[in-house]
Amino acid sequence: MSFYLTTVAGGESTMKIVLTSEKCQGHGRCYSLAPDLFDADDLGNAVVLVTGDLDADQLERATLAAKNCPEYAIEIGA
Amino acid sequence: MDKAPVTDFATDFDHTDPAWVADPYPIMADLRERCPIAHSDRYGGMWVPVLHEDVQAIANDTEHFTSRSVVVGPGRPGVDAPPAPIGVAPPISSDPPFHSIARRLLLPAFAPKPVQNLEGFSQEFCRSLLDAMGDADVINASFDYAQHIPVGLIAKMVGLPPEDGDLFRGFVHDILEAVDLPIEQRMERFQPVDAYLTRVIEDHMENPREDLTSFLLEAEILGNKLEPHHVFGTMVLLVVAGIDTTWSAIGSSIWHLAQHPDDLARLVAEPELLPTAIEEFLRAYAPVTMARLVKEDFEFEGCPMKKDDWVLLGFPAANRDPAFFDRADEVLIDREENRHAAFGLGIHRCLGSNLARMEMTIALQEFIARFPKFELADPQAVTFSQGQVRGPRNLPIRILERA
Repeated sequence: MSFYLTTVAGGESTMKIVLTSEKCQGHGRCYSLAPDLFDADDLGNAVVLVTGDLDADQLERATLAAKNCPEYAIEIGA
Repeated sequence: MDKAPVTDFATDFDHTDPAWVADPYPIMADLRERCPIAHSDRYGGMWVPVLHEDVQAIANDTEHFTSRSVVVGPGRPGVDAPPAPIGVAPPISSDPPFHSIARRLLLPAFAPKPVQNLEGFSQEFCRSLLDAMGDADVINASFDYAQHIPVGLIAKMVGLPPEDGDLFRGFVHDILEAVDLPIEQRMERFQPVDAYLTRVIEDHMENPREDLTSFLLEAEILGNKLEPHHVFGTMVLLVVAGIDTTWSAIGSSIWHLAQHPDDLARLVAEPELLPTAIEEFLRAYAPVTMARLVKEDFEFEGCPMKKDDWVLLGFPAANRDPAFFDRADEVLIDREENRHAAFGLGIHRCLGSNLARMEMTIALQEFIARFPKFELADPQAVTFSQGQVRGPRNLPIRILERA
């Protein structure tokens, strides 16, 4: 209950980026669309830059990145 | 070679049939309704999935499908296609577990940062092509522009003399478009490529330099230098895979804009939309169809597939599947959600996708900046390539406004 109240009162999301690296094939859609949230490693595969809770603006762009991943490697979850 | 025209693509599919070459999209739509996996006795037996879910499933199923030959040939490959897991042009022709070793070797050269370092060169190169057009009212956006860009880039990366561009572009054409020639003639066509690349490799062995050819000659897998046929095969891949594909992608984008003045005006006014528009051009006009071979007799979605049957892996068809995309047959340059498969799916995702996107971006930016208004000079004169890479070849464009 307190968790619920905290999230509502703070107006913050508790959503995080969950990247399944084994699914990533390096299409690069995420780090092109949201370069502050994702980066490329030396092979061009995705790495997550923001591992904590996302603010509203980050959540929107992380969701867009997830929806453009051809391999379904990105999920946005609590 | 004269072939009987296709009367029903569902049972007698042929990707070199003039009807498919001219406009494949209505045929894909028809097959989705009726099949949805078409078959053909041509090429020794071939299956053609057209749904996104089937293309995705096959691309990810390396247990039942092999990549040891990715370009459909005149008959069943038999011993002509080198065996898995290495294949003729690693890593595109390789299967696990060798595939990831060969791919890992090349990935760093095509990662975003090294590709970004080629932006300045690309921009100058595109501008020089536009300068060479002078003030002609009608230019050929394919032969005078799009086709030179990937040639210039790959020549620089691999270390080929820039003046050889025309020469090896001819080789690529002979390899990719000659799919329905008998095997002996295809092998004959391959000989000049063989001789040319052998000379390039020998020259690099004597005079090593900072390019991909010298890199491959020095590279090691598990402490051993690459086998000569691995170096040679990868060179073939780099030269062949990067040229007609990107040429087609740039050409299709210009072809679209020449017919959609609203889209062109919007990109001139809102250049920040270009990356989104490029993804949509990639989706709607995906140039590349790959192939797989069935490893052993196996039933897939009710289809009795036989060992060494071809499977034509149509990423262009997947990208037009209305079960997967809203308004799949419309080109929406501001489409934000675009999970397209133009660069393939699974472990064989196009190695050069960052390079291809960079080339498309610079090529379109520069073309639009120079020519903010243009149209097709002669729609009837536009021709498309045949085979597994689709894009406009003859593309006369009338310039309506120049910057």
